[in-house]
Amino acid sequence: MTLIDAPAPTAFVPPQPKRLVDHFELGLDAPICLTWELTYACNLSCVHCLSSSGRRDPRELTTEECKAIIDELERMQVFYVNIGGGEPTVRGDFWELVDYATAHHVGVKFSTNGVKITPEVAARLAANDYVDVQISLDGATAEVNDWIRGPRSYEMALQAMANLQAAGMKNFKLSVVCTRQNIPQLDEFKRIADQYGAQLRLTRLRPSGRAVDVWDELHPLPEQQRELYDWLVAHDGEVLTGDSFFHLSAFGQQLEGLNLCGAGRVVCLIDPVGDVYACPFAIHDEFLAGNVRAPGGFQAVWRTSELFQRLRAPQSGGACSSCQFFDTCKGGCMAAKFFTGLPLDGPDPECVQGYGAAALEERKGDKPKPSGDHSHRTAPPSLGGAPSGMGPVRVTLSRRREDVAAPPVSACNESPIAGFAPARLSGRVPRGAAEPDAGDRS
Amino acid sequence: MTDFDADRAWRLHPQVAVRPEPFGALLYHFGTRKLSFLKDRTLLDVVRSLGEHSSARAAIAAAGIPAASAEPYVGAVRTLAASHMIVERDA
Repeated sequence: MTLIDAPAPTAFVPPQPKRLVDHFELGLDAPICLTWELTYACNLSCVHCLSSSGRRDPRELTTEECKAIIDELERMQVFYVNIGGGEPTVRGDFWELVDYATAHHVGVKFSTNGVKITPEVAARLAANDYVDVQISLDGATAEVNDWIRGPRSYEMALQAMANLQAAGMKNFKLSVVCTRQNIPQLDEFKRIADQYGAQLRLTRLRPSGRAVDVWDELHPLPEQQRELYDWLVAHDGEVLTGDSFFHLSAFGQQLEGLNLCGAGRVVCLIDPVGDVYACPFAIHDEFLAGNVRAPGGFQAVWRTSELFQRLRAPQSGGACSSCQFFDTCKGGCMAAKFFTGLPLDGPDPECVQGYGAAALEERKGDKPKPSGDHSHRTAPPSLGGAPSGMGPVRVTLSRRREDVAAPPVSACNESPIAGFAPARLSGRVPRGAAEPDAGDRS
Repeated sequence: MTDFDADRAWRLHPQVAVRPEPFGALLYHFGTRKLSFLKDRTLLDVVRSLGEHSSARAAIAAAGIPAASAEPYVGAVRTLAASHMIVERDA
């Protein structure tokens, strides 16, 4: 503050009492962005699916309900939504909703496995400045990718990227979840991204959804964490990370990004039936803040839910607070701790200082199970002899929540008021309620 | 970064959305998909009024900042120009 020695009132100097990250920890009146899983239906059955997707939930939000949410996000000035699923493009009204959102100043970034990215769709996407596309690929070779994502998913993703490139779509994202199997392929991922004019996005594998069952086999080994960290530092500014690797900052240098757990503070998740969770990796009753179908809609959930208030209150670092890296690592990822059965105020299971491994050794009791399982009841046929991504998937029946406004309906018991939401949202019968499971079509 | 001139006229990029916050504001550029932050409300006033003034310096002065204290604001506006959050316009 000695830079300016003119006799000006100090109030004119931009005051910086807090870092932005400190403001964000206390929460904002509206999220900066949010994840919106539009459907649990998916043509694939990736072994690590964070939302255990496969089958469509018949209580899915209707087109009109989705539009009402978009109107609300526009009023709250949420800049953009990250749309995912499931495979969001299998919803019959997907493109209608994308157009509606962008016309209402809510930008869209959507994640897809590429199944619907035909040359025609690619051309349409390339023409809309407010839409960004993220193609998921979890291996730089078909062998590694299809083992996790299922037969021919590699081919499908690369075809989608080729279509986007041919249509002139610039800088779309190639999104990779980093695993034990693909960390040796980081350079190759970069080369593929460059080849298609895409930007590489690397994110962290969390033990959420179906990944709860395969995390032990898939999560990077301690020496790979170091390899990943070094690679990220060497490619600083060239790759996106969704701010997901802040636990790696305990190796020394802080990585680019906010380095903050934004759950319930600056981000959240809206799931296909309108449930609002603190974070897309935390689909569990413990992190359920409310439902957009209740009176007050999304805004009331965001601003007044007891859970979100609690997440915005100052957090105790617990066992981590005496660690010299706590200020940047913040004890790591809440969801990773929760689904590996670790206390939330202790170290991350992948703590690079080794405290996580020790905590896992001492863990008592069972690991929590994710709240919903929408997996396909039968695995799609795999290619003869080819590695299949279906193997490790543990299939169980869905558990239904009884407390959401729209009751489960099926084609044989649908009544004219099934799905009626008495709140401010439309009371129309969900159009899709009698449709077959979209996931069974492909 | 090289060709920022505080004596020229600027305006917000048409693809930038501004959301006021208690600490200042959030800026989002739909073209570059980058997020920026304004760390105080006075700077927000400056940025919002850029289009109405003949120069960035004039906008800063109009927000009530004496010339002697203008440099931090000029620096902040320069940063916004570098990330294309604001663009030059004809005065």
